Amino acid sequence: MDDIDDMEEVINDFLVESHENLDRLDRDFVAFEADPSQKALLPAIFRAIHTIKGTCGFLGYSKLEALSHVGETLLGKMRDGTLAPTQARITALLAMVDAIRAMLHSIETTRNDGADDHAALRGTLTALLTDAPEEPAPVATAAPVATPAPIATPAPIAPPAPIATPTPIAQPAPIAQPAQIATTAPIATPAPIATPAPIATPAPAVPQPARPAPGEPATAPTTASATESSVRVDVALLGKLMNLVGELVLTRNQLLQHTNLGGDPGLMAATQRLNLITSELQEEVMRTRMQTVGTVWAKFPRLVRDLCASCGKQVRLEMDGQDTEVDRTLLDAIKDPLTHIIRNAVDHGIEAPARRIAAGKPAEGTLSLRAFHEGGQVNIEIVDDGGGIPLDRIRKKAIERGLITPEAAARMLDQDVINLIFVPGFSTAEAVTNVSGRGVGMDVVRTNIEQVGGAIVLESREGEGTRIRIRIPLTLAIVPALIIECSGDRYAIPQVSLVELVRIEPEDVATVVEHVHDVPVIRRRGKLLPILTLARELALPLEKNGGAVSLVVLQAADQCFGIIVDRICDTAEIVVKPLGRMLKDIGVYAGATIMGDGGVALILDVIGLATRAGLLGESSAGFRAEAAASAIAVAGEGKQRVLVVGSRDDARIAMPLDHVERLEEIPAAMIERTGSQEVTQYRGGILPLVRLSRVLTERRTHPRHGPTWGPPEGDLLPVILYSSNGNHVGIIVDQIHDIIEEELTARRPAVRAGVLFSVVLLGRVTEMIDLEWVVASLERPGPAFHRAAGPKNTAASGAE
Amino acid sequence: MIEPHSLVTFKVDGLRFGIDVARVQEVLRATTNTRVPLAPQVIGGLVNLRGEIVVALDMRRRLGLPDAARDAQRMNLVVRTPEGPISLIVDEIGEVMEPTEDQLERIPDTLRGPVRQYADGVVKASGGPLLILNVERAIDMRGS
Repeated sequence: MDDIDDMEEVINDFLVESHENLDRLDRDFVAFEADPSQKALLPAIFRAIHTIKGTCGFLGYSKLEALSHVGETLLGKMRDGTLAPTQARITALLAMVDAIRAMLHSIETTRNDGADDHAALRGTLTALLTDAPEEPAPVATAAPVATPAPIATPAPIAPPAPIATPTPIAQPAPIAQPAQIATTAPIATPAPIATPAPIATPAPAVPQPARPAPGEPATAPTTASATESSVRVDVALLGKLMNLVGELVLTRNQLLQHTNLGGDPGLMAATQRLNLITSELQEEVMRTRMQTVGTVWAKFPRLVRDLCASCGKQVRLEMDGQDTEVDRTLLDAIKDPLTHIIRNAVDHGIEAPARRIAAGKPAEGTLSLRAFHEGGQVNIEIVDDGGGIPLDRIRKKAIERGLITPEAAARMLDQDVINLIFVPGFSTAEAVTNVSGRGVGMDVVRTNIEQVGGAIVLESREGEGTRIRIRIPLTLAIVPALIIECSGDRYAIPQVSLVELVRIEPEDVATVVEHVHDVPVIRRRGKLLPILTLARELALPLEKNGGAVSLVVLQAADQCFGIIVDRICDTAEIVVKPLGRMLKDIGVYAGATIMGDGGVALILDVIGLATRAGLLGESSAGFRAEAAASAIAVAGEGKQRVLVVGSRDDARIAMPLDHVERLEEIPAAMIERTGSQEVTQYRGGILPLVRLSRVLTERRTHPRHGPTWGPPEGDLLPVILYSSNGNHVGIIVDQIHDIIEEELTARRPAVRAGVLFSVVLLGRVTEMIDLEWVVASLERPGPAFHRAAGPKNTAASGAE
Repeated sequence: MIEPHSLVTFKVDGLRFGIDVARVQEVLRATTNTRVPLAPQVIGGLVNLRGEIVVALDMRRRLGLPDAARDAQRMNLVVRTPEGPISLIVDEIGEVMEPTEDQLERIPDTLRGPVRQYADGVVKASGGPLLILNVERAIDMRGS
């Protein structure tokens, strides 16, 4: 029994160690291939294979042993300089690494090294042992591609193995998939036993003594020499340790709270000391969970190399800042997104060599990864010098998929178009390749990153390249937070999202807090900031104090907003405890924490809160409308994008474009009515409609009245979809003229209600309408539009 | 059929329930449970269980019974689940009983409503019938 357990342990150790070795092999091989002069890498590679071979021989995995033995022999000769490290050899050796990995996986799951004895691959390797004709037959196809940058070479994996095997792998094309060799290698091929019988003594099962490597690769100093001074620790143990420290922090907080009330000086001194030690301990334990991003990046050179081979591209991978440390849970979370982004960059981003040359770029593309710390967060940049994101194709695709209308597409800002790639199911790849283009992609990338409190920004310039910036927090376990009170309960807000705290004195509330529609806003540095009342968002009873307003200004994604809380209590280092699924699904809590007095406080998920309030995500138009209102009301200077429409009497009317969510055309027959209200069915909902010409003219004679409509005119009516706070209204106009970007100077005061001011646009006097006023003319009990007041206290200041 | 187990008994709005003693982790006086705004009604709040944050389900709400009086002193019955402990807020905790096999019966067909939904069987006990709570169903939050 014990023996079996011991054996299990040995096997597990072997697996863990071998996987690490293989990861390093991938990296070292690619580095060596890129620069064959780095002979110093070979001994390290050789040792890694040797260790695997030795241990698996000891454990009785004969197939694995046989394979690694051939590889070792080949490597030995290359190390000694008797054989040249040709590309064919490296390729075969990489295939061997894959095969070993597959076998290890098989050992992991079945405790058996698999049915496949990889005879073909062994044959290939054996054949390469002789320095026969430079490149045997099948390889010759690709041989002419003697590119200067070896990482980029479309390496044919098709094993040059005519000698030993009866051509088991029929992959004539130079674009073979290296990764598949391991799995598709023939099982039944009666391969001649080309391997020299395993030579007597298998190496001892003990890992290679970590002798001071003479020429340790300069590229990977951290991993290579780590063996001497490090101990392998179970991640679960680290997690437990972290939890205990969390408990300690809580207890410390409680103790501090008690001693702060006064007491024995001796006790206070001891508590202070405990305080310091706890903080330090917390920091150190946190560091044990840190890993360098290099551990994730290590896989990328191989990934890029293989991608290049299968896409026929040439890419140089540059990496900078591998030793930037991140909490390992976060690292896990960004691993897949990063891989995806890199696949995209090589497959879609960087063009084929011929196209690059045609575009006046070097044939070899550059993909650079950069990681650095900044402001308590980790930044990762992925920059390629490829073709950038083809805006037109995205527009076309988005229209094809019915995501946006052609009009909307034409009017969209470039950055908004780029952001379409984050929409679920969006992919522009013309053909689905095995690398990418299945339409699962950037939306998942973004979700994964946002799940750990990170953010992703993508910039692209057509023809020049793409830059993706990912920002993630350093750690998730213990975070500094602001504690606030709302309806008698405490809540924690992570400091990362905190911008500033604002206190509005009772006498100033009326003047400082303004309203756009029903949405309260305040002005901060020339910008209008939408405000939420936390109690209202959480459906809690509002606390009536009528006094000063405590406002917490937060940043979620790239939007700022304020939340009104009852009280701002304190800042504290809180230990984040996850919430069960049932509470996570609510979407506004990021977790919970235990306070100094033992009570539980919920941690607010700022992004979730903003999304719930309609400030972010799909209904962000409401927020943009507010922002646009501010542009008119506050900024006044600088250019503004406005939509110019015409009325039947050929008057010109304009509105800020940012108020507008979409331009639509609806058939007149689609208009229905409920009472005196015209409505239409739109995207599964009921869209109230308002006719601009009616509202404006009628207003002149007798103000706000249930309008009586005549028969609709025209077949297709242009409708401006206006959205505020998640509510939509369709404004029927007579004609859409243009969208222009203008400085709205030379204003004249308005002459009729519903108009903010007049301005000269496109050489015509144009009335800037107050959309809010137009919408308010709807008799509709929606929260956002039900406002008795006219434009007086909202955007009216813009008319001055 | 229901296996006879030792049962921890408890009361919710006068109804007597029993729960397999092996499922019960501990019993605590319900202190100040932190409320969770926007959560489903049945969630009675969060409890600090020696540093672990545990969700508490209000069994009165779960069973469709009227809310307890504001000042009622209630109990947390912490049960083990595959996803970690969950607390059931009940009115009071009774003794542990060991029903014999012939005391166990199926739920009468006439019993309807949420109570039936969460009960597995009935024990004919001396102090009146005792419903055996189906913990899995009681803590299943789908649909609530």
